[in-house]
Amino acid sequence: MWMGCASLLLLLLGAGSLAFPSRVAARESNVIAIAAASDLIFCLEELNAQFCQLHPKAAPQVTAGSSGNFFAQLQRGAPFDLFLSADVRYPEELARSGKADGTTLTRYATGRLVLWTVRTNLSVTNGLTLLTNPAVRRIALANPEHAPYGRAAKAALESAGLWHVVFDKIVLGENIAQTAQFVQTGHADAGLVALSLVSAPKLKQTGRWWLVPESLHPPLEQAAVLTGYGRWNEGARQYLDFLRSAKGREIFERFGFRNSAKTD
Amino acid sequence: MLESLSQLPPGLWQALGLTLRLAAVVTFLLLLVGAPLAWWLSVSRARILPLVEAVIGLPIVLPPTVLGFYLLALFAPESWPGRLWFRATGETLAFSFSGLVVGSVLYSLPYAVQPLASAFRSVPQPLLDASTSLGGSGWTTFWRIVLPLSWRGVGVAAMLSFAHTVGEFGVVVMLGGSIPGKTRVASIALYDEVQKLNYPAAHAFAFLLLVLSFLVLLGMALVQRRVPRPG
Repeated sequence: MWMGCASLLLLLLGAGSLAFPSRVAARESNVIAIAAASDLIFCLEELNAQFCQLHPKAAPQVTAGSSGNFFAQLQRGAPFDLFLSADVRYPEELARSGKADGTTLTRYATGRLVLWTVRTNLSVTNGLTLLTNPAVRRIALANPEHAPYGRAAKAALESAGLWHVVFDKIVLGENIAQTAQFVQTGHADAGLVALSLVSAPKLKQTGRWWLVPESLHPPLEQAAVLTGYGRWNEGARQYLDFLRSAKGREIFERFGFRNSAKTD
Repeated sequence: MLESLSQLPPGLWQALGLTLRLAAVVTFLLLLVGAPLAWWLSVSRARILPLVEAVIGLPIVLPPTVLGFYLLALFAPESWPGRLWFRATGETLAFSFSGLVVGSVLYSLPYAVQPLASAFRSVPQPLLDASTSLGGSGWTTFWRIVLPLSWRGVGVAAMLSFAHTVGEFGVVVMLGGSIPGKTRVASIALYDEVQKLNYPAAHAFAFLLLVLSFLVLLGMALVQRRVPRPG
């Protein structure tokens, strides 16, 4: 009897959600669906809070992941209004393939890469050479094949002539936040992660970091774009403007981002 | 399709080989661990039996990320299980093949234990009594009476353990670190290929996995039909 009622209820719930697609609901409730590179997870909490003060009705909803993954999903029409990538290439490609509005491309900030460890017996003062230390057995990077921070980390190790030296120690995070999690939990002895993660209040007191010079890797310039799905979403357009406003820039700076020089 | 198979990047073949190796090791261990456990479940009258059954069955319901998260927390290098593991194996549980084995054994445990236990339960009690009254020890009874009559169940348990390990993703994503040849199994390699936007390779590889999985299951089903039903 009880089982019968429960399954009937589940059936009704299922039918209900089919009959009333969430997309209709989303349009009415001012939801802004944001697909964001995971170096932004902490920063976006602050950005959203400030944005909602300016636009009390807006309801930004963040999904964090690796930029490459979102790119693939958005190409297949994933229901996100905005795409905040950790690079410029993915949003540009998306616009080129007609899945995003190229005129809305916004370079909102430039990320910085840091060497990070929570091991008390390791020192980061000598920079990347720490990685050759035998006490460093595992080095976490984001996957260079689809995460911009992973690409930057690989480039930095190559520039420093260390890529082949430390290759066997490398473990790959699915995105930069998982990479940070590997280091923070001590499963990896050190890692190359986003400054925006380790300078967030949640991790500020954890471990020590060393800023990787930008001369070692291509700049981590990040861009956002309005997707085809979001082209009628006025809130999403306002959000893009907000990213480049004085308030937005101030928040990015606080989280260790450098403001992008170019504004196009 | 065959043409694109020959163009599969070598990394994908490596991932496939690794997956089959992982599944074989896990299946072997699960039968080794699962058989005594299932035997105990099928004969025990202990009052904690439902509790044990529920715990073993957890992975059927539990999201794999929960298991991955707990393993990461439990075997953190600073924790004592983590230190013990490191001393025993020389590597951390995370990012190692043996770590994936541990995760997979826990994750597939019910898929081995439940078919085994139900097969053991279906062995007629008079046969067990006869064996005992003729002086057979519990061990002898298990090896000479129970196991030969439960081959179907053993086959199902092995097949499900193997298949479930091949199909695993969530636990490996959390524990693995995607190291080629060590922890980048087929499901992860396919995920990476898709994220690289390498769709032709992804298609070929996905199709290969589909065919292989189907063939394994078909082969097992055919073998099952050949084995006479016990009892």
